[in-house]
Amino acid sequence: MTKATETLVPDHASAHQDHHHGAPKGIMRWLLTTNHKDIGTLYLWFAFIMFLVGGAMAMVIRAELFQPGLQIVDPNFFNQMTTVHGLIMVFGAVMPAFTGLANWLIPMMIGAPDMALPRMNNWSFWILPFAFAILLGSLFVEGGGPAFGWTFYAPLSTTYSSDSTALFVFSVHIMGISSIMGAINVIVTIFNMRAPGMSWMKMPLFVWTWLITAFLLIAVMPVLAGAVTMVLTDKFFGTSFFDAAGGGDPVMFQHIFWFFGHPEVYIMILPAFGIISQIVPTFARKPLFGYASMVYATASIALLSFIVWAHHMFTTGMPVFAEMFFMFATMLISVPTGVKVFNWVATMWRGAMTFEIPMLFALAFIVLFTIGGLSGLMLAITPVDFQYHDTYFVVAHFHYVLVTGAVFSIMAAVYYWLPKWTGKMFNITLAKWHFWCSLISVNVLFFPMHFVGLAGMPRRIPDYSLQFADYNQWISIGGFAFGLSQLIFLTLVIKACKKQGEPVSDRVWEGAQGLEWEIPSPAPYHTFETPPVVK
Amino acid sequence: MATSSAQHRKLTLRLVIIVIGMFGFGFALVPLYDVFCDITGINGKTQNSAAVWQSGQIDNSRSITVEFITRTNSGMSWEFTAQTQRISVHPGEVNTVSFYVRNPARNNIIAQAIPSVSPGQAALYLNKTECFCFNQQALQAGQEAWMPMSFYVDPDLPEDITYFTLQYTLYDVTDRAADLTDNENPFLRQPVSGSR
Repeated sequence: MTKATETLVPDHASAHQDHHHGAPKGIMRWLLTTNHKDIGTLYLWFAFIMFLVGGAMAMVIRAELFQPGLQIVDPNFFNQMTTVHGLIMVFGAVMPAFTGLANWLIPMMIGAPDMALPRMNNWSFWILPFAFAILLGSLFVEGGGPAFGWTFYAPLSTTYSSDSTALFVFSVHIMGISSIMGAINVIVTIFNMRAPGMSWMKMPLFVWTWLITAFLLIAVMPVLAGAVTMVLTDKFFGTSFFDAAGGGDPVMFQHIFWFFGHPEVYIMILPAFGIISQIVPTFARKPLFGYASMVYATASIALLSFIVWAHHMFTTGMPVFAEMFFMFATMLISVPTGVKVFNWVATMWRGAMTFEIPMLFALAFIVLFTIGGLSGLMLAITPVDFQYHDTYFVVAHFHYVLVTGAVFSIMAAVYYWLPKWTGKMFNITLAKWHFWCSLISVNVLFFPMHFVGLAGMPRRIPDYSLQFADYNQWISIGGFAFGLSQLIFLTLVIKACKKQGEPVSDRVWEGAQGLEWEIPSPAPYHTFETPPVVK
Repeated sequence: MATSSAQHRKLTLRLVIIVIGMFGFGFALVPLYDVFCDITGINGKTQNSAAVWQSGQIDNSRSITVEFITRTNSGMSWEFTAQTQRISVHPGEVNTVSFYVRNPARNNIIAQAIPSVSPGQAALYLNKTECFCFNQQALQAGQEAWMPMSFYVDPDLPEDITYFTLQYTLYDVTDRAADLTDNENPFLRQPVSGSR
């Protein structure tokens, strides 16, 4: 609730910060840092680099699919590209970006001086580059990297995979440990380090959504670690978890994987809901409509995420009653999600709206995420899922919720808080170019995928029937344009990090509410060493 | 800050316990899955041990068609066919169907047959009194065998099921099986003279 942010920052706090030591210099500052702002910056840059690497792989995929037939890469390499693109975007781009935002913002939003476990924070970031070095390195070993899809279904990942699967398993273990440590840090920080007066129902929604996300992370990341361990032992040590000949069951892999995988989907979208819930009230100049219902809706989505996993498996031959259960449970999720969308709309209703860059991304998020949610509702319907399963319709669905959903929310967050971080307004002309180029190209890229999917084009195949050729050319052109648009973003962020631009006020945005806007711009290296009093 | 590092440590410890517990839960899903499928029969797996037939329960008013499908896993060289593609049975009566296997390879191979019933619910009502699938089967190079499978359908089979399919997939388990001599095939026929 934004009225929570009527605060009292003690006078001596700012004076104290002036004579406190600033950031150390050189590379050791970044290697040894325990400062939540430094670690947040590291996470965000790492996520951005991974976003560009994973994006380059998407460019390879779209180049191959520009025309029917095989022309640029061989099918095995194509499969490696789809697999590693998915893994990098999920575990390397979206999740670290949210963790970076959590590091930067949660202490500033709840009035804490730092994260609760700063040394573990350093570790949880610095093991990530090794995880992805191993994953990317596996592309260059004999037999190639992982080529079984990011879902690594057995027996594709056991019987039919290359020996580099061991590297894949090891890197997923490290990513999992990193996420779990990050999540523990978030929970301990929020539980123990809130400023006096910052009660649960006064916490900003970004903090709430991250708290719930962190609980999802510690609940399901260990299950993923278990699943990859079983793949490892099945492949190399003669166990038969997923091998029918030894008494196992390959369908069980899908149950275990999606028991992790569906909550994982919400791990990648709940913090986005939090970001949008911060940005919309600022630029509508009204408090968020239905704060309490937002909190309860987030918690409901998180709980429901544990009982819907088998909607990814409708075609595995489940009995009808199980399909009915998972169909209705899945549809139930659209109720709390709908509450959120209506609350954002109601927040804007009769507000004094302005359309700065963060708001543009937030509005694009609300519209396009809802399109992705709607195609998800279509996929939940069991009989029609038999037609849509593993087609480009599914690809269209999850790219709408993850690119125009999660990624757009991250961009909105960067535009919203970047001036607070650097103390300078970013280049608004470049930002407008970035927004409009991204918005148009992302729809040219993903919207026609609905049509080719409904017409039956299967996903993860490097070739396709001739009748899909026209649409695929449009999709590829959209893809290249979207990829190039992100170079505008890169340029803008580099300029901002070099502290170019107009200085901004402490509040930055006229309607901004919250503790992070009470401190100076740029945010000092140490903040809230004396906790503020929240009234 | 009002909070001490002891408080952080306590909460962290609790969260780490949850993490370890969930890692264990991931593995606990394996037996849970088997138990759940045993009770509900929803993954089409039949019992792995022989059922005992009770006489006097034959329901002559119903006929159930049972279809047999045989296949070998990739990399498995055996010939594998059923004596008949489908039979019609009354619930409660015991029928025996034989399956033919031949090992055309030049080496000895141990096989394991894995059954799967479709629709899955029928698996709960398919009772086998004898089956080659209960054990591993060994054949030396060039050997062949007829392997029997006796079964009856439980009269409690739901009314709406009139037809089900029993599929056997034969896996090569030579690498993980015990020594070939420990697995003398009880259904073995001597190699036909003149064959290789």
